[in-house]
This record gives sequence, structure tokens and C-alpha cells, in this order.
Amino acid sequence: MKPPPFEYRAPTTVEEACDLLASLENAKVLAGGQSLVPLLNFRLARPAYIIDINRIAAIDRIYERDGGVAVQALARQAAVEDSEIVARVCPLLTAAVRLVAHRVIRNRGTLCGNLAHADPASELPAVLLALGGHVVARSIRGERVIEADRLFSGVMETSLAQDELLVEAWFPASSEPFAVIEESRRHGDFALAGVVRAADRLALFGVAPRPVLADPRDPSHGLQPSGDLEATPEFRLHLVRVLTGKAFAA
Amino acid sequence: MKVNGVVHPTPADPRRLLSDHLRHDLGLTGTHVGCEHGVCGCCTVLLDGAPVRSCLLLAVQAEGHEVTTIEGLASDAAPLHPVQQAFHECHGLQCGFCTPGFVMSVVGLLEQHPNPTPEQIDEGIAGNLCRCTGYASIRRAVHRAAELSKVPSPVRGAFSESEHPRASAQGESEGEGLKPV
Repeated sequence: MKPPPFEYRAPTTVEEACDLLASLENAKVLAGGQSLVPLLNFRLARPAYIIDINRIAAIDRIYERDGGVAVQALARQAAVEDSEIVARVCPLLTAAVRLVAHRVIRNRGTLCGNLAHADPASELPAVLLALGGHVVARSIRGERVIEADRLFSGVMETSLAQDELLVEAWFPASSEPFAVIEESRRHGDFALAGVVRAADRLALFGVAPRPVLADPRDPSHGLQPSGDLEATPEFRLHLVRVLTGKAFAA
Repeated sequence: MKVNGVVHPTPADPRRLLSDHLRHDLGLTGTHVGCEHGVCGCCTVLLDGAPVRSCLLLAVQAEGHEVTTIEGLASDAAPLHPVQQAFHECHGLQCGFCTPGFVMSVVGLLEQHPNPTPEQIDEGIAGNLCRCTGYASIRRAVHRAAELSKVPSPVRGAFSESEHPRASAQGESEGEGLKPV
């Protein structure tokens, strides 16, 4: 299908984008569009305004800070995948981003957009959570840091306010051992269940409304995953236990 | 926006998807539309040289950028692009609906990995669906495309290098094939 009608804005500065977000009702930020545009095409999203941030210059950097790596709003997932800085500082992120859809999607999709979209089956929110990273949100009210464990609030819901733009994500350096393992029906498809290990921390994705931290010794404790045509709740719990076992076998 | 080297005005309606703009406004129907949500890969085009889904891009977003469609890889008079030639030689298609998308993805794949391993080939074409071939002939075509794209080593197989001037002209970037003819 085709997108529903909307008004299009293409600000050229972060300040202008924040002004628009503060003044417009029912606006959505368009970054890579690899999740938003399908939602528009399906008419599952009907924003009144699309604020396209792709015309904003110099917000696509990937750089080291505070013992980790920062990824700005317009850094494409392919750039993260190819980044020598990310490979050196946070190889867990390099491994995880390769599991996000396909290269052609990653050429356009952004890491920050993936986090803001907060799909419960997505790898990157779980990586941010396992590592204890954060995001930086900007609005006309100022800038604030949101820790990973306060960011993801539900299925495709975050604690970002309507007027806030996610301008940067920060991942602490990953140390050995780490692992990101998922099970999906097809290569590049959404995970039925997945696990991220960062040293002794474990985060799960695809098995709850948002990524969750879990005890590696009893990873499925308290989980109530949903069932669908592709996997029953019991199968998802089974996958969590098996994948956790693999991740911690090394 | 520039499409296959020619400057075109951008559509006024922001709802217009790039895929529909190419097909309906510019008549470039080589770009196929399958699922319209980024899964099938049929609508893949090059945006500033990198393959992207044209059904997940608003046409207005391509303003100021260069778009290359399957029609832009080789003009009617010119020999086929090495990736097209490889799909032809290896019969990497049956009904052909998915083929333009595969070719554009493989152009991007060979840009990233000029000598792809079997794993890199599988990874590189995983985002394109083909319901006919079973992918075996497409994998062979990607191997062959890598051979044909190599410079300046002689092209192996049925054709000599002199018969394939474009094969030697391709070089390390797909850019050679993208210039307006």
C-alpha cells in the first residue's frame, strides 16, 4: 500500500527539528525509514507530520567518548557495521548490528532509529541494555541522558517525550566474553528469541514487550512470552534457555 | 534528483514513494514492486551508489541525490553490466521478476566484497526473495559476476576480455557503469 497523507518537513539543523517537534502535534521523526515507512505503507502509523532529519548535516558521526563509543542520530547501521572504532571498542555491537535485517536495509537504517523504534524483537536495544549504555535526547527544553534500563517501556514504546529527538546513543566498551545469538525463521528476519551476553550480564529480546535483563543461571524465570504462528510461548522459553547456555558455554 | 545521470524534478506530493516515482512518473519500470514493505528486495536501486529499497524511501528524500536503476547499469547499445552478464550466463533467473533487485543488490555486494566468500554471497543476497530458482544459479551468477568485474586480470570462461570491454572498465567501483552515456 501507499503512505497515508502527511505533511512533510525537512529541517536542516537539530534546533529546527526540535522546534518542529515542540510545535507540531502528532509528528514522527523520519531517519532511515526502514521501520517507519513500512508502518506508513501498511497504514499502521498515521502521523500528521513527518519530520525528515536526513537534511541535517554532521549528525552521522561515530566516535569514542567516556570509555565507549557514541553513535549519532544519522549514522547508518552499515556505517556502524564497517566502523573500525566500533570493532575495536565495542565488538559486541559490530556482531549485533550484522544481525539487523540485511545489508541493503542497513545501508539506510540508523542505529538510533532502531533504538527509538524499540521493537521488542530487535537486537540493538538488548545490546544497549546488556552493556548498560545510554541515549542522549534533545528538545527545546534542553538535553538529557536516558539510561538503557529507563529507555524501553513497552512494545515500540520508549520514555522519549513527544518533543524529544534521540541525537546520540552511547555504548560502553565491551569486554570478553560476549555473545549475541538469536533464532529466527529466516536469515535477517525478526528473532523468535535472542540473547545478548556482555561479560556476566545477560539481556533477552523477542520474549517480552521490551528487552529484559535476566539471571544467566535461570534465564527464563518470570518470563511470559507471547505465542504466535511461528513460536509458542513454551518454545520461546526453551530457546531462551538453549541460547543462554550457548552464550555462556565459552 | 538525478536518475541514471539525468536530472528530474522531484514530485510535489511527499507521499510518493521513490519506487512509484520511478515507475509511474519516469516510466522506469525495470524497478519492480513486490511487497512494498522492504522484505522482497525487488525494488532495490542504488542511492549515491549504495543499494537501498526504493519502496522505503519517499521520492522527496532523493532530492539532491543520485539514483541508479537497472536501466542505468548499461544503455541499450552498450554491452551488459558484468552483473547482468553473469546472471545471463549462469541463468540466474527464471520468471525474472526479482532479477532487477538481485542485480542491484549484487552490484552493492561486489562493491563491499570484490572477492566474496560463499558466506558473504549468501549474506549479500539474503535480502532478496526469489520464488523460482532455488538460489543455486543466482549464487553461481554472483561468483561469475565477481570474476567478470575483476580488473585487470583476464576474464575466464567463454568470453575474452576484448569481447567484454565493460568488464575491464568496471574497476573497484560501480561508478564506471553509472555515468550518463
